[in-house]
Amino acid sequence: MNKVLRTPISDSDLEDIRIGDVIYMDGILVTCRDVAHRRLIEFHRELPVDLKGLAIFHAGPIVKKLPDGKYQMVSIGPTTSMRMERFEKEFVRQTGVKIIVGKGGMAEETEEACRTYKALHCVFPGGCAVLAATEVEEIERVEWMDLGMPESLWVNRVKGFGPLIVSIDAHGNNLFKKNKAVFNERKDRLVAEISEKVRFIQ
Amino acid sequence: MDIERFTDIIARFLAVSGKILPDDIVKKLAELKAAEHMPLAKSVYDSMSRNQDLAASLDRPSCQDTGVVNFFVSAGENFPGLGKIAGALREAVVRATAEAPLRHNTVAIFDEKNDGTNVGERAPFVHWDIVPGSDKVKVETYMAGGGCSLPGRAITLMPSAGYEGIVQYVFDTMVDWGINACPPLLIGIGIAGSVENASILSKRALLRPLGSHNPNPRGAEMEGLLEDGLNRLGIGPQGLSGSSSVMGVHIESAARHPSTISVGINVGCWAHRRGAIVLDKDLSYEILSHKGVRL
Ligand code: SF4
Repeated sequence: MNKVLRTPISDSDLEDIRIGDVIYMDGILVTCRDVAHRRLIEFHRELPVDLKGLAIFHAGPIVKKLPDGKYQMVSIGPTTSMRMERFEKEFVRQTGVKIIVGKGGMAEETEEACRTYKALHCVFPGGCAVLAATEVEEIERVEWMDLGMPESLWVNRVKGFGPLIVSIDAHGNNLFKKNKAVFNERKDRLVAEISEKVRFIQ
Repeated sequence: MDIERFTDIIARFLAVSGKILPDDIVKKLAELKAAEHMPLAKSVYDSMSRNQDLAASLDRPSCQDTGVVNFFVSAGENFPGLGKIAGALREAVVRATAEAPLRHNTVAIFDEKNDGTNVGERAPFVHWDIVPGSDKVKVETYMAGGGCSLPGRAITLMPSAGYEGIVQYVFDTMVDWGINACPPLLIGIGIAGSVENASILSKRALLRPLGSHNPNPRGAEMEGLLEDGLNRLGIGPQGLSGSSSVMGVHIESAARHPSTISVGINVGCWAHRRGAIVLDKDLSYEILSHKGVRL
């Protein structure tokens, strides 16, 4: 059985989850990326959505406005989470958000935030934007539209949203950091081996 | 030459190329998926193929980041209306943006405005080649997404660093930046005497079909060594570890200066939205990258 988390998510929901686990979520997922982070942390503007116990998605979607005034999610996939690293610890502290979804890993500050305030960073497979869009049941509302389509806060009600691969767990373990140490170790050996064979300047 | 028809063909081809991956990429991803044995990596490949099926059946852009459009035009010297092509390509981007739809991605430098058209100053960027004796035109399209443009970089090495320095640079780029660019990646490398030439060649390298090789035997050998070596890094789909890291490594080159060896790197993500279409002078066309697709 796949583990499914439902918003609002509590600290105890996250206790048994470890890096490398694959989970799914039901509930509210709000897109939140570069400028929204900046507005909250650097400009001290209040977020128009209360994120306590909810999930955010580092993503800039393609959205279509329907004739009845509602919005349809056409294509939505993760963007590089590392761009938000500078803000994320403070962001998690201030908002009480429980799941951060994006792609690629995040670093020490986010690790610390996940450990201290009990949260997860998860990867949704990048480029799988139609798959993600079909897991959005409804766009409930949108805020900060002055930021344009990719940067607005799209408040999505999602069902079976995933696969979400846990990259930082609530204990502060970091999957990408572990992987990167392995890649770096292999790299040195491989570079030495290949260099032997490309001594074309003689 | 009916420029309206030319524009319409390119606009529709662009829209398709954002929804369906080229044949060689589809085949390669299937091979990598079949060869993968790590469960997590397998599940990511599953998501990728489900996504491509949904994109085709729902007629939507397969990745939300439809990039900034680049064109590479190989123009036959006898193709009529050469002077109108650049304007038509620009108009095709505007149409595809509305109709595909494409995400609004072009941000004006200095003014930092995005007017939602996907055209702007030197956007779309058009690269030209003249083909002697031909009366056809080949248009290659490329959607350069943000994630896969981020690792792009170039450097000029001293000859003492040798090709060994290129190997190091490629591996450093892959481990430091490639992970975020949605692997498995296609790696384009340009080698020349200065950075701008190396960079352009690295992007051109990404346009080569998978399975093609550098014409120089040593170039082809180096492509093979790098491909094998990068795969043994085991970066896997989305950087989550796996049996492979790349879809291929392509090197393009131009003669260098005795004192310099410049190298450029560009990577294409697994959603490598490259298209190639050839039009003849009466505008009948052949799609090279996506066989069987109708516009
Ligand atoms: S790197 Fe490619 S697949 Fe990944 S989000 Fe960017 S454009 Fe899409």
